Amino acid sequence: MADIRVAYRHAPAPQFDDLVQQREAAALGMWVFLVTEVMLFGGLFTVYTVYRWLHHPAFVEGSRHMALVAGAVNTAVLIASSFTMAQAVQRAQRGLRRGLLGFLASTALLGVVFLGLKAYEYWSHYAEGLVPGALWTYAGQHSGPLQAFFFLYFAMTGLHAVHLTVGIGLVTGLIVLARRRRFTAAYHTPVEVIGLYWHLIDVIWVFLFPLFYLIG
Amino acid sequence: MIVATVALERPHEETYLSVGTTARSWLLTTDHKRIGILYMVSITLMFLVGGVAATFMRITLLSPGGGVVAMETYNKLFTIHGVIMVWFFLIPSIPSVLGNFVLPMMLGARDVAFPRLNLASWYIFVAGSLFLLWTVVTGGVDTGWTFYTPYSTQYATSHVVSTTLGVFIVGFSSILTGLNFIVTTHRMRAPGLTWFRLPLFVWSLYATSLILVLATPVLGITLILVTLERWLGIGIFDPALGGDPLLFQHLFWFYSHPAVYIMILPGMGVISELIPTFSRKRLFGYTFVAGASIAIAVLGFLVWGHHMFTAGMSTHAALVFSMLSYLVAIPSAIKVFNWTATLYRGAVSFETPMLYAIGFIGLFTTGGMTGLFLASLAVDVHVTDTYFVIAHFHYIMVGGMVTAYMGGLHYWWPKISGRMYPENLGRLAAMTIFLGFNLTFFPQYILGYLGMPRRYAGYPPEFHVLNVLSTAGASILAVGYALPLAYLLWSLRYGERASANPWGGTTLEWTTSSPPPEHNFAHTPIVTHGPYDYVRGPQGDQRG
Repeated sequence: MADIRVAYRHAPAPQFDDLVQQREAAALGMWVFLVTEVMLFGGLFTVYTVYRWLHHPAFVEGSRHMALVAGAVNTAVLIASSFTMAQAVQRAQRGLRRGLLGFLASTALLGVVFLGLKAYEYWSHYAEGLVPGALWTYAGQHSGPLQAFFFLYFAMTGLHAVHLTVGIGLVTGLIVLARRRRFTAAYHTPVEVIGLYWHLIDVIWVFLFPLFYLIG
Repeated sequence: MIVATVALERPHEETYLSVGTTARSWLLTTDHKRIGILYMVSITLMFLVGGVAATFMRITLLSPGGGVVAMETYNKLFTIHGVIMVWFFLIPSIPSVLGNFVLPMMLGARDVAFPRLNLASWYIFVAGSLFLLWTVVTGGVDTGWTFYTPYSTQYATSHVVSTTLGVFIVGFSSILTGLNFIVTTHRMRAPGLTWFRLPLFVWSLYATSLILVLATPVLGITLILVTLERWLGIGIFDPALGGDPLLFQHLFWFYSHPAVYIMILPGMGVISELIPTFSRKRLFGYTFVAGASIAIAVLGFLVWGHHMFTAGMSTHAALVFSMLSYLVAIPSAIKVFNWTATLYRGAVSFETPMLYAIGFIGLFTTGGMTGLFLASLAVDVHVTDTYFVIAHFHYIMVGGMVTAYMGGLHYWWPKISGRMYPENLGRLAAMTIFLGFNLTFFPQYILGYLGMPRRYAGYPPEFHVLNVLSTAGASILAVGYALPLAYLLWSLRYGERASANPWGGTTLEWTTSSPPPEHNFAHTPIVTHGPYDYVRGPQGDQRG
């Protein structure tokens, strides 16, 4: 009986001939989706490049207001989460459920740590009066273009944080499914494609970190 | 009595239409064919709204002084007309309706790769449409379909945010459809269906999907920046902060020029199906037509600057954009030459779809050639923001894309509905549309060349005659579009039953019954040769 259920669970969806075709389609679908994500962030990176060129002194000034330590720790946290995610995928491929659960949980946890630190950073910018718009109280040099810098900072890191939040939700969903024994060495496509998504979020941060914190 | 005979001939054949008839069976369907029809109904409704806006514009322009509607209302009319026709009709028209219906069948597949995602993209489209209709009902928006800053972010008092959010939402519908088509084309082809055995409609949908996937996210983020700027009263296109409104135009046209190709490539794909079918002849230069689709998709990303020649751009950049804009005409010209070469010594017959196809070639060529006028810097300075530009892109988008959509709709109507439409009425409508279209838009070329600017509710008296001609043409065009709406609906009940392959088509969708069963084919077809082969016949084996 249990065997029949397992076999049924692993039948391909009706539009596919077999599980291989289904897995390849899912992986390709995620890659194409990641391309759209690159283009979404790409628009913002273009704006950043143009304004950095137009208002170089203000962007140098902006980098001085970044919490470098918090940013560096966060970078390490995200890179560690990519490592745990890769380990989770590898455990899934080998059908090791306990390992999969452990690495998925640590991935989600590292994501939450990142968001916590990011929130702390946002709060410190708020305290300094560096939130553009009505809350802007900073009166130093380059106030206009500096607002544009911080607008971009909040837009780009904010969009990144939204993606990370979605990622944590997805990984949590994987944990629920893994606890219900939905994944085996033969079928673990969701772990693989959500892993791809998670790595892309990390890669985007790896670009955001030097652009806002380091170069000046 | 006839009905009884038909029932005897087809005892218990289940079609995709008969497997469920409840509203629930339609609204929760994951069948690509039903989703195509859901799209067809929705975009037809949006077309009517956009068409009503155009009607009021043409009525206003009947007299030089305007006066039928207030000038502010006129601004809202052309904005709503543009926004609806571009994002809520043209972009989804051929890909989401005909593409959804035909693509999996052309590939010999049971469905697209992600059927639930496909349904989700329709719901997203509906959500975006509701946002937009809400905007129209509550007072409209007057920025023009291009949302140029700083007017859209700081000065406009109309409903900019709900409009940009509506377009943002509907963009996800485009992205998901494009993603689905790319994966379906890569992974769902029947055995033996190699890339160079694919029908050209598939090639053009693939090229379109590449653009949808690469360009739409950039529009999405740009509209979000505009929305944020309007909401917060602060943003990066604001010159007070050192922002650059021109940057908005660059980002907008980086999407919206490729979007022009989203609005013509699928039409070219339809024509590439119609011409061989109704000439009984292999399409001339298949690989060149296939490659031209990809070339248009790639080059289309490099020419956005030609929308900004007069907006402030370095001479060198303008020269490069001008040259690239000339280059992008080459693959389009290749297609036109190959279609006409296919006709040569073919057994040409003039059923309704073929009339649309031939109309398309003429109108698209005219629109494309005037595009070359606009690509040359000096002429562009003279005719920028005049009716010349309006006439040019309507020849491409309406004369090209809508004509191809109508041609494709008639061509696949027997497959979609299982019924034939009345052929004579079909021909009459096709010719009415062709005449009405030319009478509407050809005078606009002259008006633009003489200097009549776009987006004004009035004009000097010497332009009166040409404007009256244009409005007269628009009313003929409206009759031309109303006819198919009437007789296609009529044919659903009273049309003659269609055979599996009424036109003698060679692609896989004609090897299954009309209308097809739920999973398209009784057996997965095995493909042994390319399309348009009138010696060996349809692509798949004929087992079932």
